[in-house]
This record gives sequence, C-alpha cells and structure tokens, in this order.
Amino acid sequence: MNKKIYLLVLIFSISITAQQAPASKQSKSILILNGTAHLGNGKVIENSAIGFKDGKLTLVADATTIRLQNGAYDITIDAKGKQVYPGFIAPNSTLGLVEIDAVKSSDDESEIGNMNPHVRSLIAYNAESKVIETVRPNGILIAQITPRGGRISGTSSVVQLDAWNWQDAVMKENDGIHLNFPVTFNQSGWWAEPGGITLNKDYAKQVDEIKTFLSDSKAYLGAASKDRNLIFESVKGLFDGSQTLFIHADNELQIVDAINLAKSNGVNKIVIVGGFEAYKVADILKENNVGVLLRRVHDMPEYDDQDVNLPYKMAKILTDKGIIVGLENSGAMERMNTRNLPFLAGTCAAYGLDKEQALQLITSNTAKLLGIDNLCGTLEEGKDATLFISEGDALDMRTNLIYNAFIQGRKLNLETHQTKLNAIYKEKYNQK
Amino acid sequence: MKRFFPFLFLLIFVPKIKAQEYFPNNESVQSKNNNYTAFTNAKIYITPTQIIEKGTLLIQNGKVVSVGATVTIPKNATTVNLDGKSIYPSFIDMYTNFGVEKPQKSERSRLSQTYDTKRQGYYWNEHIRSEVNSYESFSYDNKKAEEFLKAGFGMVGSHIADGVAQGTGALIALNNDDTANKKVVSNQITNHFGFSRSVASNQAYPSSLMGMIALVRQMYLDMDWYKKGNAIAKDISLEALIKNENLVQIFTTEDKLNSLRAAKLGKEFGLNYILKGGGNEFERIAEIKSSNAKFIIPIDFPEAYDVSNPYQASQLDFSDLRMWNQAPTNLKVLSDNGIVFALTTDKLKKMEDFRTNLLKAIQYGFDKTKALEALTTVPAALLGKSNEIGNLKVGAYADFLITSGEVFDKKTILYENWVQGTKYVVNDITAKDIRGNYDLKINNDSYKWVVKGEISAPTSEIKAIDSTKVNSKLTIANNWVSLILKDKDSTANKFNRLTTYLDANTTLSGKAISFDGKESTWSATKTGPFVAEKKEDKVEKNNLVLPIMYPNIAFGNTQKPTQQTLLFKNATVWTNEKEGIVQQTDVLVKNGKIAAIGTNLSDANATVIDAKGKHLTSGIIDEHSHIAISNGVNESGHNSTAEVTIEDVVNSDDINIYRELAGGVTTSQLLHGSANPIGGRSAIVKWKWGAAPDEMLYKDQPKFIKFALGENVKQSNWGNNNPTRFPQTRMGVEQVFTDYFQRAKDYDESWKKYNASSKKNKEKAPRVDLELQTIAEILNKERFISCHSYVQSEILMLMNVAEKFNFRVNTFTHILEGYKVADKMKEHGVGASTFADWWAYKFEVNDAIPFNGPILHNAGVLVAYNSDDAEMSRRLNQEAAKAVKYGNLSEEEAWKFVTLNPAKLLHLDDKVGSIKVGKDADIVLWNNNPLSIYAQVEKTIIEGVVYYDSEKDALKRTEVAKDRNLLIGQMLDEKNKGMSTQEPKKKAKKEYHCDTLEQ
Repeated sequence: MNKKIYLLVLIFSISITAQQAPASKQSKSILILNGTAHLGNGKVIENSAIGFKDGKLTLVADATTIRLQNGAYDITIDAKGKQVYPGFIAPNSTLGLVEIDAVKSSDDESEIGNMNPHVRSLIAYNAESKVIETVRPNGILIAQITPRGGRISGTSSVVQLDAWNWQDAVMKENDGIHLNFPVTFNQSGWWAEPGGITLNKDYAKQVDEIKTFLSDSKAYLGAASKDRNLIFESVKGLFDGSQTLFIHADNELQIVDAINLAKSNGVNKIVIVGGFEAYKVADILKENNVGVLLRRVHDMPEYDDQDVNLPYKMAKILTDKGIIVGLENSGAMERMNTRNLPFLAGTCAAYGLDKEQALQLITSNTAKLLGIDNLCGTLEEGKDATLFISEGDALDMRTNLIYNAFIQGRKLNLETHQTKLNAIYKEKYNQK
Repeated sequence: MKRFFPFLFLLIFVPKIKAQEYFPNNESVQSKNNNYTAFTNAKIYITPTQIIEKGTLLIQNGKVVSVGATVTIPKNATTVNLDGKSIYPSFIDMYTNFGVEKPQKSERSRLSQTYDTKRQGYYWNEHIRSEVNSYESFSYDNKKAEEFLKAGFGMVGSHIADGVAQGTGALIALNNDDTANKKVVSNQITNHFGFSRSVASNQAYPSSLMGMIALVRQMYLDMDWYKKGNAIAKDISLEALIKNENLVQIFTTEDKLNSLRAAKLGKEFGLNYILKGGGNEFERIAEIKSSNAKFIIPIDFPEAYDVSNPYQASQLDFSDLRMWNQAPTNLKVLSDNGIVFALTTDKLKKMEDFRTNLLKAIQYGFDKTKALEALTTVPAALLGKSNEIGNLKVGAYADFLITSGEVFDKKTILYENWVQGTKYVVNDITAKDIRGNYDLKINNDSYKWVVKGEISAPTSEIKAIDSTKVNSKLTIANNWVSLILKDKDSTANKFNRLTTYLDANTTLSGKAISFDGKESTWSATKTGPFVAEKKEDKVEKNNLVLPIMYPNIAFGNTQKPTQQTLLFKNATVWTNEKEGIVQQTDVLVKNGKIAAIGTNLSDANATVIDAKGKHLTSGIIDEHSHIAISNGVNESGHNSTAEVTIEDVVNSDDINIYRELAGGVTTSQLLHGSANPIGGRSAIVKWKWGAAPDEMLYKDQPKFIKFALGENVKQSNWGNNNPTRFPQTRMGVEQVFTDYFQRAKDYDESWKKYNASSKKNKEKAPRVDLELQTIAEILNKERFISCHSYVQSEILMLMNVAEKFNFRVNTFTHILEGYKVADKMKEHGVGASTFADWWAYKFEVNDAIPFNGPILHNAGVLVAYNSDDAEMSRRLNQEAAKAVKYGNLSEEEAWKFVTLNPAKLLHLDDKVGSIKVGKDADIVLWNNNPLSIYAQVEKTIIEGVVYYDSEKDALKRTEVAKDRNLLIGQMLDEKNKGMSTQEPKKKAKKEYHCDTLEQ
C-alpha cells in the first residue's frame, strides 16, 4: 500500500515540475574536509579543507597544516577518499535554447539574418529545460549560452545552471559576440544531389563584409549620431574591451585572417572557437594572446591521412605551445551531450596532458577565456562556491559519481526526471 | 559508289551520289561508281599484330577488297602513293552518347516524391527503361563526328545512359558524307545497364545503390517469369529485355567496387557483362581479374591539383592526391594482368585529351600494341563485329587512318581518317615541305628568307641584304603559298603580297603585288635545307608512382598483413567467460584461433608480446554500424525494402574501418537505415583492413534484417511537405507489418505447395518475389530482426505482431524506452542493443534515460551498447563504462555490453565475443583497463592478423606525410611546366546514420 502511494507521488511530482526546484540561498556555512581537492589551476591538495559562506569560498587549504576553530563552519562534510572539483564550464553551449532537436517549436537557437550582434541568447535561455538538470549530476555547473547561425550569430551570456529563470541564472550578461568566420571551402548541391566541396569563391568578399561591418560600427560609435543604430551599438563592447569576440573558425587560413581582421579593427579580446587547425598556427595565436575553445574532441580527423587520434591530441599540442585551451562541445546532439564534457577532458588526458592540465580545459582555462575567472574556474578563496564532490576521478566515466554539488554555495538537488524514471522502474521490477 | 575529287575540294564539295542503290534519286541521274582506290607503299596494320611493311590497300564501295604486299591494282583504280606513311584501322569507341538525345530531366519537385508509377504498359519501376532504343532518337551530329574523326575514331557505339536498365545502343559509322545511308551499322547492338537513376523519373525507388542492385535482380526474375507466360498484363519493358537478351550486355559501373558488384550480379543470372569501368581498377586488380569480366575503360585521368596555395592544398584528401599520381598506370596494370578491355573517350572533358592521356598511359608503361588493340580489335570483338570493323582484312569496312608514322608517337601526324571509304582530312597530306633557306628576289630587291617550323604551318623570317628585319607572314593552304611582307623602304603600313602555287620545282616563283597595286614577279631560290633547331627533345620524365596499398588510401598496407602466431605474456585477460578477469595470464594465438590460455605458456614459433600491466580483451562488436557502405544506407523508396542487402554494398576502402580498428572494434553489423518500417538486410563484417569487400563478410553469417519504428519510418522529420508515403502514424506501421507478414506467409505457402506437387501436376510456378521471400525467412525463423525502436507502445506492438505470426523479434536496437517494458521484453525473449546515454534529439527519445541499459540487464534482458555513429564506434569502450557509472554494474558485466552480448545478439558467440580456447583470435591489447577513459588500443587483431598496431601507426603517419609531400612536389612541378591544373577540393566526410537519406 505504502509503495503505491510513493509511486503515485513520484509520478505526480514529475507531471507538475519541469525540473528540480533550484536550491535556495546558502544560509549555513559549509566545510568540506579531507577530500582530494583539484583546484583547477593545476594544483592538487591531497587532504584539503574547503570552506564556503554566503556563496563564496572562504577557505581553500591543506587540512593537515591549518587549524580550524570548532564551529567555524555550520556543516562539515567528510570527503575522505573523495575528490573535490570546481564546477565544470560548458562554453559555446545552446543549453536552454532548444529542448528537443527535432521539434522546431522548441528551437530558439538561430535567428534569421546575417549580422545579428544585437540578438541576445540570454532572454531565450530556458532555465527550466529538462536537459539542464541532466548535466549537473556530471559536474557541469556553468555554461555560456550562445546563439547560432548567420555571420554574426549574436551575443552570448554566461549562466549558472541552477536557477528559476534567466535573470537569476546570469553570471555575466552579454559576455561576448559570436562571429562565424567565412569558410574557405563549401559544399555545393543539395542533400539529394550533393556536389563537391569546392573553394568558396566568395571568401574574400565575405571577409570584407565583416571588415566593413566592424569599421562602420566603430565609425558610428566614434561620433554622436542622430539616427540610432541598434546593431552598431550592440558591438560597442568589442571596442572598449568589455566584450570578447568569439570567432568560430577551424581552418588555419580562417584563423590567421580572423585575427588580423579583428586586431586591425580595434578588437583585441579574441577567442577562437572550433580551432581544428589551430595547432598549425599556434605561434600566431600565442603572439596575439588568443586562446582557443577547442571543438568537440570526440571527433573524427578531418582528412583521411591525419592521425586517427589527432582530435584527442590537439589540446596537448596547443597547451604545449602555451595557448590557453578550453573545450567546447557543439555539434550533433550537443545539448544532451553536455554531460559528457568531463570525458572530453579525460580523453585529452589519455592522449598526452596530465590530468590536472586536462581539468583546466573545462575549468580555469575556460573561465579565463570567458572572462569569468574572477568568479569561478578554480577553487580559490573569494570565488564563487561552485564546486562538487565526486566519488572518484571525475574525468573518467566509471568514477564520475557526484553526490554533492554546490552553485554559489547552494546545495543542488541532483535528482532529475531521469533518476526519477530510474527509481520508478527499478521499483516496478523490484531491482535494487 | 564513290568518285574522287581533287583533294583541294574534298572538304567543301561532297559528292551527292551515295544513296543506297534502291533509293530513288530526284537530285540527279543515277551514277554508279565501282571504281577502286589503291593505297600503295604504305606500312599497313591489318590488325595491331598483322603488319605489312610496304603494301597496298585496295578498297571499293567502302570495303576492303584486297590488302597485301603485292596487290594487283585494277585499271579502274585511283592510286594514292603513301610511301613512308602508315595505315591503321580506325578506332572504335563502343561507349558514347553520339547523336542521341539527352534524356529530359523530370520536373523535379523537391517537395514531394513519387512512390508508385503511373506509367501504363511498362515495368513497375520507371528506372527500368529497357524499352528505350537509342537509334529511335538518333540524329547524326556532324560537328561531334568531326571531333571523333580527328581523334582517329571511325565507329562509335551510341546509347542513352540513363536509368538502371537503359535500353539498346546502336553502332554508328562516322561517315561524314551527308548522303551516305549506311551510317547506322547496327541499330541494336548493345543492351545497357547502370547504377544510376533515370533523370526522367521522379519515382523514389531505388534511392540507393543496394536498391538498384536489388531492382536488377528482381527485374531478371520477372523477365524469366514473364517469358514463361505467367503475367496477365503486358509489360513492354520486360518484352524488350527478352528480345534483347542476345545483344552485347554492357553494365556501367564507373568504379572498381561497382565493377565487382555488377560482375557478381551478372553471374547470378548467367550473364557476363562487359563493364564500363571508372579508371580505378588498378586499386583492386586481383579481384577485378578474378571477376573474369571484360571492360570498357575511360582515360579521364585527373588533372593535377593547383597546390600553390598551401592553405588550400592542405584540404586535399590524400587519396585524391594518390589517384592523380597512380591513375595513368591503370591501363598498364590492366594489361599486365591480362584483362581484356576496350578504351573509351567517355568522361573526357575534351576530345583532344584522348590522345594526350593515352600517350601518357603509354609513357607509364602501357604497351602500344595493346593500346591499338584496345581501340580496334578488342572493341570489335566485344561487339561481335570482328569481321567488319577494327581491322583491315578483306571484307571489312574501309575504316582506316593514314598517318605519318607510328600512330602513338608524339610527333606522328594523322592525315586522314577514312570511314566506309569516305575520306576525312585531318591534316593535309599533300602539304609540301618548303622549309629551308632561300634567296628571295622581288623585282630587283633581294632578301634572305628562312622558312621554318612545321611543314603544314611554316613560319617565315626575312632579312634585307643589310640584315634589317622585314616583317612577314607566310601561309600555306591547299598548296597555295602566300607571303605578306612589309615594304622595305617604308615605315608606313605598306605591304607587298607574293603568291605562288606549289609544284615540283624547288625554286618558288609567282606573282607579286606591291603595296601600290603594281603586279610583278618574284622568285626564291633554295640555298640550303631546313635545319631543325636543336631543341633538347625533352624526354618527359615520369613521376615516381607510389605503390598501391590495400586499401589504396592513407594507412593502407602495401603488403596485406598475414596471420601470426602470437604469445601474450602476463596480461590482465578479460575472458568474458566464467573465469572472469584473470591477472598475469598468457594467451597463445595460433592459426587464427585462441590456442591456449594459462600461465607459463610457450611456443617456439610465436612472437612474444610482453603484456605485463596491459589488458587483453576480445574485440569490440558493434551491433549497429553504418560505416563502410557505398552510396546510401537507406533504401527509402518503398515502405518495405526487404529485398535490398548491405552485403551488396560493403565498401572496403573506407578510412573509418582503420579508425574502428584503432578503437578496438573487430566486428560490426552494418545495418540498413531506418527510413522505412521494413528495411534491408544486414551485412556482418570483420574489419580486415585491406581485404576486398567479400572477404570482410563474416563467414556463414546469420541472416539479419533491419526493421524500424517511430518517427523515421513515418517521416515525421522530413518536413511538412513530404508525408506522402504510407505509413504516417504508428497505427499505420502496425498495418504495414501485418500486411507484409500475411503476404509473405501466403507467398511461402504457395511456394511450398508448388514445390511439393509432383512434376506432372505442377502448375505454373509462382512469381519469385525477393522481398516476400526475405520476409518469409523471418517467419521460418531463418532470418532475425534487428528493429530500430524507441517508445514502449511500438515495442509492444512489434512483439505482438511477431507473436501472432509465431516468431520472435531478435533484437530491439536503440530501444531507449526498453526499460519501461523490460519484463515484457524478457518474456518475449528479445535482446536490447541500446545507447548508453543518448536522448533529447527527437520527441520520441524524450523519456530516454542513461539507466535504460542497466535496468534491462538487471531484468534479465540481453543488453548491448551500440554506436550508430562512426565516431562513437571507436569509443565504445567508453560507452560501456557508462553502464558502470549510471547502473553501478560490475566492470566485467559492463564490458560484455560491447563484446560478448552483441556477439550473442548476432548469434556469433560460438566464434567471437570472448577469450576462450578455440574461438577466433579477435582480440585487443589495451595499455590500461579498457573501461577507463585513459585506455588506448595498442593492437587490434582479427583471426591472428594484426590489423592495427599503435607503433606501426606512428610509422605509417610518417610515411603518409612523406608521400603527401612528394605528391605536392610533383603537382607543383606540373603547374610549373604549364600543365593545366584543377582547383583543390575537399572530400566530403561520409558518415551515415540511421536517418541519412542521401546516397
């Protein structure tokens, strides 16, 4: 009888809530003790004491060397044998912009038109997306919500992934503008009669259009104009350094052209997104202080004669060259795949990086590239208490088992509609 | 009948008296001409190997009447002295579209497809166009004929290359005489087929290569059935097929693997097609040879890519670079392997390329005699016309070339191309050589004149006595010389004109007209012979040709790897047997099998591999893969396509095979896509990198077929304008199944009844229906279903339908809501091949959860994790690890999700899926726990053959980089030499998924 009621309650709760209720503000201070802390900056504290109050980290220390007053923290979590990590960051993400890929009415990721810097992802971000709750249990706690399509897709914002609505979610509003750099080759024909992939004859023209757009915007912003131009105004941050230009480009020529174009038009904060051939122009990237959000590394080589494991090795190659590298995960089924972000980093560790370096690819490096490293990306005193505890190595599938996660000190409910369905059906079949 | 006119007029004046003798003539009086023409003193190639050094060819009425060293020349003969010249049979191109109408493109609406034909009286499929006869729309194309004639061709086969069955082709003589009524030598000589849809039809089926192959099979079966008088309705297409059975059957394949496919298909029906290939036969020459097929081969060698821009050049596929380098050797390789083939001009951008490319092939080792045969005797024999064409034996058509020398010599000039006794002048044979040094006198002025350059187009250099240069221009046409030169005393534009008719004299003299119109005479006395400028006769150096690899793409092997005896020492062995995961264990691999498992094993012949600290597992098996498939994973043209099979279209030359091996995958089921409820049959393959497609097929493989449910089959995501095919709902899907199973049952019963009846009472045999036959195999439990499925309702539905028809579904693949009906699946006895964590990509996977696999497993259902994705397939070990993460399964059980369990689902576990003595040595050596994200494959072994080795891989990469660099260098050189180049292009990454519709 009891069981039946329990079952009913569960079903009921599913049907009324789109997602788990966001956690409320941190009211009690918390100390995580004795866990192995991976700080996200390459350092590890084997036996750590991590404390946070009012949403901010107040203590990141070696538990064996510091002394804490009794009662300094309201709650102490013993994490002995466990691993503590800063929350992972998913850049260039469309979480919350699309619910189900094939259902057009649930799709808000791409606006029509070519130059759309004024289009803002933030206001379409559905904080209640059912996909979002499934990524948190794997450690992804922060995302850069990015529009797609067009030459300039629009303006992204960085959010934390446990909120009632986009306003509550925002960490950095309008952090960057996204430019899809013209491709050097394009496919002709249509799907039923595909042509070859041939040189993009309009490449130079398309590059010039961007140049014109930037110089027009700059000219407009330089003098008071009677006629307001929302589009030009929306890129102001690119010139005053308050916004980053995220240039989506894979090919080496694109990357070189893109950097030259941006720099020569007064845009200095640049990040390359994709960067499949960034390794070929690493020196130029380094010279210009341009970081790379490397495209999904669980990918095939582009050409038949490339190293079959090249995508897995790229982060290592770029890191060794002194480039700041983060990992992004756009592509097929990208939203649901967000939860595999840690394993992208794990693969980079399998192919050359050490594990702490690999961790940086989804924590501190990404935070730097998104300009949110003052808030998150590492476990450092003063930063947001956005972190989690895992049973084991969070970059490995077998041990990425997260049982405590916090965003700005708020303890998350890691249940999802999926865990609930799991519970219901395990119950149905009397499985443990 | 013919008369000969002075050469001067031949091109302009065409005798109008060549009509057949029983034709009325209202243009003149009848004029019979039985005169002979004798070509004397020529080197005559009667055939490429039967040569008369100095002989006479005698022709009359367009035929050879005599040929030999001594021929009596009749009195009524015109004699042409060809001293020093050669005569060859004119070339034959049996594969052209000369003079035929190009098929009209159908009004293609992108919005909707036609499924069922509206044609009346023809075959049910509009891509079967066997009733088409090229001669019916034939119209002689003088201009095109001239192109062929200039290239040396005298006869062409001509057909309409459109559709799967394309109808008949005609044999046309390129007789440019307007009045000749004998141009059509044969109106129906060939019967054509091809792997191409008709552009004239919108009918959706066949949308894939495998569909075309199945269609050809069914077409022949229907032909046979029709022949026996079984059909009620008239079928013009089948009647044409029957009528044309004895013609020369030509199948257009345009690719080496397609050639193997067509040859195999032909053999099923006792046919030996002549295959029109693609120029890449050399890449699989052993298989091409053993197909025993004869070929028509194009020589459209790729142009070098313009690699001067390194950014663009880097985008070129290595295989494209290699193809450029190796393609010119194709003819040599074919010829060296004793393959009979004719050459064609098909696919050439321009006719001039024919000679250029043929000479190139010869330069790359193709034998000249073979070349001549491939253009004369071979096509003649292939067409069954050896008595009439391709040689100059008595009785053959007077189709011949007059050349200045050896026909495939670069310097040789082709003078004339005679077809059926009609002359076509390519270069004026009568052109006199006036080259040399002269003293030129005009009136009283003297000049030094040098005539040099080509005989037919000499150039002129004139200097006055004081050595000042005088501008001049010399032209020779039809034996008339005209020379224009600037008046020597004038700086103005004043020109003098000199003319003369060339005769036997060495001194030239004639009329001079000065700039002011005064006429006088001029003369030029030869003072010295022409001395050719000693231009270093550049011997074209051949590019270094890279060796063929198997497959002939990056990471192929020049030598196919062989079976080894291997002894792994001290490995952690994941047995997948009751022994579980055992430490410090030796495994001996011998004769392709696991020979022993234990400690302290030894074998004198074994290569010992120190596997301490490493993990040895059985190879990964992917139950659901779509890689290595040629031209279409879906036959979406019908809602049931049980007649198609992936076995027909395995592509052995897909780079993804190597990548699979690098991920530890040894066996995959290549499934048809999910565009229709009843899809095609599967191919189960082992990834024997380098082997030919048929060698990759798993031996004696269990028969499987793909079924599908849900959004894909009801075309939910095809856009709003496309839903025209039944079913459009899950309700309809059930009806499709029930209908087909019922029909298959009836079909099977009718055959059983027929087979059981005694010979005397035998009624007419039922029609063989490959589709129903296949479905009947399911009912008879001889074929297993792997069904693409998502939501619980449809899962239950299919199980119910199956139970009604008294069989069981073997596997639900994808099955993301399987966890909701795990108990019912267990009861039915079906297995699950699912994804570890996919969801949210379609509405029907909204309730998909990563706990699906574990719940099903714990409920007693056999569970595997599959990829459906080329990329994920090489990380299936990581996917298996997710069963540990989400389901808290033991590592041992999780590992079975990608090895033993799929082996069981595929009924292969007697041979693969675990490390057990006697089983196939399909094993993988890992540097780490295979479920770890940090694991890398060191060796992948199939049946004792090492197909992937991480150390060798590194060496291969170095090799590949070196070769790429070499090829880029060769191409730069090509560009430097001024050869034409093509723009770089990228090769499309072909990755099929279930719902990929394109080819």
